[in-house]
Amino acid sequence: MGFAIDKIRADFPILLRQVHNKPLIYFDNAATSQKPQQVIDALVHYYTYQNANIHRGVHALSQEATDAYERARDLVKTFFNARLREEIIFTAGTTHSINLVAHGFRSWLQPKDEIIVGQAEHHSNIVPWQMACALTGAVLKVLPIDENGQLQLETLKSLLGPQTKLVVVNHVSNALGTINPIETIIEMAHGHGVQVLVDGAQASSHISVDVQALDVDYYITSAHKMCGPTGVGMLYGKKELLEALPPYQGGGEMIKEVYFEGTTYAGLPHKFEAGTPNIAGGIGFGAAIEYLNTIGLEEIAAYEHELLMHATQGLKQIEGLKIYGDITHKTAVVSFNIGQLHPYDVGTLLDRMGIAVRTGQHCTQPVMDFYGIPGTVRASFAFYNTKEEIDIMIKGVQRAVNMLQ
Amino acid sequence: MIIEAQQEIIEEFALFDDWMDKYEHLIGLGKTLPLIDPQFKTDQYIIKGCQSKVWLRAEQQDGRVYFWADSDAIITKGIVSVLIRAFSGLSAQDIVNAPTDFIKEIGLNDHLSPTRANGLVSMIKQMKLYATAFAAQNNA
Repeated sequence: MGFAIDKIRADFPILLRQVHNKPLIYFDNAATSQKPQQVIDALVHYYTYQNANIHRGVHALSQEATDAYERARDLVKTFFNARLREEIIFTAGTTHSINLVAHGFRSWLQPKDEIIVGQAEHHSNIVPWQMACALTGAVLKVLPIDENGQLQLETLKSLLGPQTKLVVVNHVSNALGTINPIETIIEMAHGHGVQVLVDGAQASSHISVDVQALDVDYYITSAHKMCGPTGVGMLYGKKELLEALPPYQGGGEMIKEVYFEGTTYAGLPHKFEAGTPNIAGGIGFGAAIEYLNTIGLEEIAAYEHELLMHATQGLKQIEGLKIYGDITHKTAVVSFNIGQLHPYDVGTLLDRMGIAVRTGQHCTQPVMDFYGIPGTVRASFAFYNTKEEIDIMIKGVQRAVNMLQ
Repeated sequence: MIIEAQQEIIEEFALFDDWMDKYEHLIGLGKTLPLIDPQFKTDQYIIKGCQSKVWLRAEQQDGRVYFWADSDAIITKGIVSVLIRAFSGLSAQDIVNAPTDFIKEIGLNDHLSPTRANGLVSMIKQMKLYATAFAAQNNA
């Protein structure tokens, strides 16, 4: 049975709209994914019939909303195969999750301790650690990439030592799509008793993740990259680590008892969920996971890989086009430039043709510095895209090149 | 004079119905840009807020303000070239007072939103800042 692309596309109402009088071709999925009707309906349903504050109310509505929200937590737990539901912390998204861990981690850092960070990290997985280092005297060590954008594991071996406290790395690079060998990295780090935090924002809707099999210490993602709403994400952490990690924000919901003489904190996951959470977002996150489950991540990955191969082959026919991170073990992301053409010029002309791509540094300035370029054009595909759309983009790129040269 | 230069640009762009032709014209205008001397392509002359790099410099000669610029992106070069055509050679005070609605009329209005990566708004702001400084000098 083939991939039911027509049926899937019909689930995404936005794909029917036009941009600059042309049918929208949305290839900026690495920035955010589009939302299927099922997710939109879940949000509307919540606000229409269930809206109430959760975890506190004795009334029926509050109980219903709480059940729906906590059911979403179970869906997330199962999706990532966490051992315990309280190991899933709902956050505002990947950046929030990283800051949450980085903030608590400060109290575990001493001067000269080291945090190893990948060279191809998103700024959001660099800056929180720089801030933690600045406050504690710890030092950031960079795990370099090679010409293909792949992490140099031999260097990791030499970087790991008794001074290392943490390795932070993405599962998939947002700028290039490279899939990192996190299994090996985790094993190597654990060999030195070092914890590992993985930013999974670019992986979650493309690669099936089993946090127990990976034995990862912290795994992080955003719902909006997985067909869910913006403003909600998750932090998975091993229970014993999250129990030890100091809380991030103080407030309601995260406490057990409050006296002016001192406060005791609530247990997991509430300890890290101060204030009224993004209830609708959490429920929408759950709906997104249910939606992805109906299609199946294996099927999604296989189809997206076909799209990647199709795009890679087609784009390479364009004279002077260079793909950064030109390997096959990656998600459906093609990051490229043509000759000396500025990515901004190419992206602007593609936009006029109704094609949405991302241009620029993709919040990964160190990667662009590594290649010595001002940025790239990044086309990132999702399972609701088609080869026909890719063909239109390839023609569009050629047209843009003709105009610009 | 202000309006004349702007009117000429508006009429020129009005000749093209198709967006592609408009952009081709814009790209062509980029080639006529009075280029900034390479020695000034430094951080001091860079305009922040653009995805591409834009350098802009101004001088006042005999009561008129002249601009030179460059960019590493071709469309951006076209945009800054249009602005320079509209403002270069005017008095500092005229530039300070000059309206900027002609940009909407030539169909570059999608570039006007302050969040657009090309920094059109930053370019206009920078040109007006130069003019304001010259005008203040003149009045001192």
